[in-house]
Order: sequence, then structure tokens, then C-alpha cells
Amino acid sequence: MKLTLVTGLTGLVLLATIVELLRRRQLREKYGMLWLGLLFVVIPLSLFPRLLDGVADLVGVASGVSLVLFLGIVFLLLVCIHLSWEVSALEEETRTLAEEFALLRAEVEADRAERTQQQELVGRDG
Amino acid sequence: MVNGKRLLVIIPALNEAGSIADVVREIRGELPGVDVLVVDDGSADRTAAVAVAAGARVARLPYNLGVGGAMRLGYRYAHDHDYDVAVQIDADGQHDPRYVPKLVDLLDDYDLVIGARFAGEGDYAVRGPRRWAMGMLSVVLSGLAGTTLTDTTSGFRAANRRMIEMFARWYPAEYLGDTVETLVHAARRGYRIQQVPVAMRRRMAGTPSHSPAKAMIYLGRALAVLTLALIRR
Repeated sequence: MKLTLVTGLTGLVLLATIVELLRRRQLREKYGMLWLGLLFVVIPLSLFPRLLDGVADLVGVASGVSLVLFLGIVFLLLVCIHLSWEVSALEEETRTLAEEFALLRAEVEADRAERTQQQELVGRDG
Repeated sequence: MVNGKRLLVIIPALNEAGSIADVVREIRGELPGVDVLVVDDGSADRTAAVAVAAGARVARLPYNLGVGGAMRLGYRYAHDHDYDVAVQIDADGQHDPRYVPKLVDLLDDYDLVIGARFAGEGDYAVRGPRRWAMGMLSVVLSGLAGTTLTDTTSGFRAANRRMIEMFARWYPAEYLGDTVETLVHAARRGYRIQQVPVAMRRRMAGTPSHSPAKAMIYLGRALAVLTLALIRR
């Protein structure tokens, strides 16, 4: 009973945190949906840990709790891979941005150099 | 100039080299004295070059940001260059620029005017889950805005100075954020929203998606976006 209370409360606190982060627009939709989806699995399980025993039997795992541990690790690994993928995409984007910026600066400086040259010529003639 | 107002037409475009020139030329023909800004959202084709040749100003994003990202750039441009009105038009030619003065006329009394299908003009039909999604969005958003909005996902909209200022600061880049979430956000903050019935035309290039699976996914995502928009501040 005590354990159910602890796990249940943890689940609810996590849910509240995610909803609040979403509400404050600190989380983008895609990540918010991911975590909310996960919580809809985790909260019932934290209240009724025996819920997965049937499924565990079916796939040959001794107890539902072991199955949850296994699935949890797989899920976290997938999230890690996804985040690495996102970071790679972000790095590529900042790189492109830096290039755009350098190109723009080169153009602006060439423009400025041309203009000062013209002004000098006008100054000498006048 | 339309009705004595400085007007900027913003066209977000992604790989629309096939239709963008005609769209720009038609707008410049129908609405003389109006500035056209094409936001090239990281196209891989010649969209930007074609648009410049047709007489539009072009802002090229270095990579794809999505419609929302392109639109915020457009509204920032409108804000920085002090336009009175910003009109958003799709690059595929389905929006008829002859309706623009009708939209702009209402901007004295409203902050955001939407060119809406299903409002009596034109014949445009959708069926199945996509229709349910649109119906649900329409009911909820009409309630929030305090007026009937039949086409909440329309990309044909006109904004006045107040609205431009808000959109230049805040414009979501997420899926459906550019239409649904902006409406929720604006309605909640007391911006006045109204719609004008318009007839949409067939797209000049590209085809709309009709698969039922995609329509179901659309319904699910629309629900998620709407719920999220409603709990968000």
C-alpha cells in the first residue's frame, strides 16, 4: 500500500510538471506529446503494479515488474537516440546559419569597400 | 495602397516554382501599389529566383522552418517596415487576390480577418475525418472568438497593425500552430476576429491529400493541437 502511494505520487508529480512546462510553452508539442503519452502508461501502472503480469506471462517474463524495467530501459534508450538525432540536426542548422552569416558579412563588406573607394575617387576629382 | 493603407502581401512558399510566378503576377495585377514579400522556406527548386523575376521581394530562409516560421519572418518584415496591413496568401494559387479589398475593408473594426470557405461562396467539399476535425475546430474557435468561424485552417488572412505587432513577436512554428493556435491565442487576448466568405480555386500545382488514414491522423493531431492550445497560456 505504501509503495503504491509513493509510485502513484511520483507519477502524478511528473504529470503535473509536464503539463505545466507545456502550458508555459517551454516544451515543444512533439516532446510534450511523447511524455504525456508515456505518463498515460506509467500512472495506471504505478497505481496497479500487477497490471502487466498477464502480458509478462504471455512473453515469458517471470513478473510484470521485470517487464516494466526492461521496457523502461528500451524506451529511455530510444529517447536518447532520438535526442542525439535532434542535436545532430540542430548542429547542421547552426552550421548553415553561420555560413549564411559569413556570406552576408562578406557581401556587406565588399559593398562598403566599393563605396568608400568611389567616395575617395569623387573626393580626389573634386 | 488599398483603401489608403500600406499593404504587404506575405506568401510563404516551399518548392512552388511552378505556381509562384503566376500568383505574384496576379496579385500585382489585381492590387496595384501593393508590396509582395515571398518567404522562401528553404526551397530546393528555383522558387526564389522565379519570384524575384515576377517582381516580388524575396526573403530566403537558409533552411526549412515550416509555415509558422516563414510567417513570423513575414510579420516581422511587415512590422519593421511599418505596414498598415499584412495579408497572407498561399503560394499554390488557391486564394483569389480579388477578395483582398473585402478583407481589408473589415480591418477598421477587426484585428484579424479570415477568408473562409464553407461560408456560402464557392463550392468546396471535404468528407470524413477531415470534415469532423474542421467541424470541431470551427465550433470551439467560434465559441472563443464570439463569432462564427467556418474555416479555421484557412491560410488566407489579413491582419491590422495591432495584430501584426503580436504576430511579429509570437507566431508558433508547430504543426497547425500557424492557423489554429494563433486563433486561440488572439481570441483569448481580446483581438477581434471576423471572417469573410471567399471562393477557393483549384490549386495551380500540386495535389491535396485524400487518403483516409492521413485524414484520421489529421483529426488526431488537430485534437491534440487544440487541447494544447486551450491549456496553454
